[in-house]
Amino acid sequence: MPDRNSSTRDADTRNNLRRPVTARPTADLENQENGVPDGPGKPDLSPPPQLREVTVGSAEPLAVSSGAVTVSGAAPSLVAGGRRRIGDRVLATLTAGSGAFIVLLIALVAIFLLSQAIPSIAKDHANFLFSRQFSVRSEPLQFGVLDLLWVTVISSVLALLIAVPIAVGIALFITQYAPKSIRKGVAYLIDLLAAIPSIIYGIWGIYVLAPHLVGVQRAFYHLDFIPLFADKGVDTGSIFDASLVLAVMILPIITAIARDVFVRTPDHHIEAAWALGATRWEMIRMAVLPYGRPGVISGAMLGLGRALGETIAVLLILSKPPEGAPFTASIFNGGQTFASLIGLNMQEANGKLETGAYIAAGLVLFVLTFAVNAAARAIVNRRKEFV
Amino acid sequence: MLITRAGLIAGLVAGAVALTACGSDNNSTSSSAGGAGSTGSSSSTSSVDCTSGTLKSDGSTAQQNAMDQWIKDFQSKCSGVTINYGGGGSGQGIKDFTNKQVDFAGSDAALDPKKGEVTAAQAACGSPAIDLPMVTGPIAIGYNLKGVDGLVFTPDVLAKIFTGKITTWNDPAIKAINSSANLPSTKISVFNRSDASGTTQNFERYLAASAPSVWTSEPSKTWAGAGQGKKGNQLVGQAVQSTDGGIGYVEWSYAIQNNLQTAKIDNGAGPVELSADSAGKAIAAAKVAPNGPGDLSLKLDYATKTPGAYPIVLVTYEVVCSKYADATKGKLVKSFMNYIASSDAQNSVHDLGYAALPQSVQSQVQAAINTIG
Repeated sequence: MPDRNSSTRDADTRNNLRRPVTARPTADLENQENGVPDGPGKPDLSPPPQLREVTVGSAEPLAVSSGAVTVSGAAPSLVAGGRRRIGDRVLATLTAGSGAFIVLLIALVAIFLLSQAIPSIAKDHANFLFSRQFSVRSEPLQFGVLDLLWVTVISSVLALLIAVPIAVGIALFITQYAPKSIRKGVAYLIDLLAAIPSIIYGIWGIYVLAPHLVGVQRAFYHLDFIPLFADKGVDTGSIFDASLVLAVMILPIITAIARDVFVRTPDHHIEAAWALGATRWEMIRMAVLPYGRPGVISGAMLGLGRALGETIAVLLILSKPPEGAPFTASIFNGGQTFASLIGLNMQEANGKLETGAYIAAGLVLFVLTFAVNAAARAIVNRRKEFV
Repeated sequence: MLITRAGLIAGLVAGAVALTACGSDNNSTSSSAGGAGSTGSSSSTSSVDCTSGTLKSDGSTAQQNAMDQWIKDFQSKCSGVTINYGGGGSGQGIKDFTNKQVDFAGSDAALDPKKGEVTAAQAACGSPAIDLPMVTGPIAIGYNLKGVDGLVFTPDVLAKIFTGKITTWNDPAIKAINSSANLPSTKISVFNRSDASGTTQNFERYLAASAPSVWTSEPSKTWAGAGQGKKGNQLVGQAVQSTDGGIGYVEWSYAIQNNLQTAKIDNGAGPVELSADSAGKAIAAAKVAPNGPGDLSLKLDYATKTPGAYPIVLVTYEVVCSKYADATKGKLVKSFMNYIASSDAQNSVHDLGYAALPQSVQSQVQAAINTIG
């Protein structure tokens, strides 16, 4: 492997390498042995950027040994031509254009949400962030998102708490424990979960899963000194039911990324653990999990984003509680998330103000997802140094 | 033989395209049909005036099942005709009608002059718009209580149940009107609609009209009472069926589908069982409150004390122009409306949970259709 790398590197430096070595990670990723090929239907997720940087970090010794570092630091006029090829220019423009397009798209969505929501929020007679009612059918408009915020966050967090350990477990099984012959099959099956449409999950959840969970719910009522488990008379269609279905929906996303990350654990980390006399579990704990933590967090945040915005499955499963019902922290109550509220009411929304109120709810969801992703990025970047 | 991945994909695509060619297409708009343009030329026995063409419509989902049946029958009688009815809700239907996206709309409520819908529709048509009552759907009160059939409710008790004031089945108020029933102490689980719905609006209108002291909120498409909200008639029906002690309001066909026990309603003239006849009696007692010339918006008397009338009904309308700018379109609309107002068509949707228009209303509707140009 080192020979291949150094020869391409020399060729590239001959052909003009203005950029420093650290900006060329893709060659390394291609050359690495990948124990698990991508199964069909794998979600289109590329490894987060910090992985590339880490991998290149381990490749730096190679660059030094080939002497390419000194060459790339030299003035461009020393390499042949001193000009960029057409291919470079086109690719640079296309990639920059794609990046700009995405940013523009997000900006346009944000502008749309703001422009539609602000007139309604201005006419809102209740506190938009702290009111619990949502009556927008007639003037005066009175709507607030507190209840929606609670139900959205608690159902997504619960789904995450259930899904992440299972996803990490499946990923560890596929990459560390499973014999080579069944790896592909299991990976394929997990990826198949991602291919099931959300509406099927919703129908399955309300017709099949929820009735079977009634017994489990009733068992939890024994713990109702904890307000989280209080009995609210909702047998099927509780936040608990919705969270379980959401957990199944986000499982393949987290598993795919965790699998990817665990497989890229540097061999010398693993071998070092073996050399110290570690058992398999100790090796995983010492080498695989710490290396994979940023990736798993990234995957979990992607899953959380999906859970926060899931519409059709949630609106089929969740029971809507009566208006004016007192606040309860119980996960065995019904509720409405941002997405299910909009999904249930948008068709009959009449007039700019009423529509704007629903879009305002959508705006809060947009901001919430943004904030969650930004927090995740911050956590991941902080941990990167220690990997 | 080398099967490459590209070849496999190409083969699958070709296979899929080939399969789409299978299956007969009864809804072709080709003008190869022989029955175009001539009156009564088809072999059907009913006098259907077949003009060829395409109609677009959408709106109320409460009448979706009836519409689907009528469109199928009409198109089989008249080849060369294509009619599309999308769902999307009454609000969407009226919006599309006033934006000239559809030729007629289905709506749970007549055009509302207070919302400016009447003037908007008139502007879109170039002539006054007419509301034709066409589909009547009784709303059943379905419940699930083992061994207790044929429960009777008065509007007062019903309103108290649906506002959460009565919480158990053996409440004295229920016992008072059902002395012979063996009522258990099960909790009443109320189910309602979480989505905006014409069924909810009509049920709330009934409660507001006949039990105004208990039901005080303004009737609207959003449920304002107690209980758990489920999406659509289907899920409400399923929830009642799977919960012991459940009760909910659904369109009649869903109560039948889910094998729910239906309650009798006593509006003051004795308990009335839900049937096509009793629903028809309530519609017949309705008064026409026109929005304009030729309009037939009905004002249902939900507090009716007519004996044998089942008071909780919903009527959906077809909103049409009285004069269409495109004469062929006008002819086609008139022909279709004539068909669906006929006794044959009205009776054909009985098994889908709809009651036929009573004679008095039907003749008024047919007279109004004749004025469509």
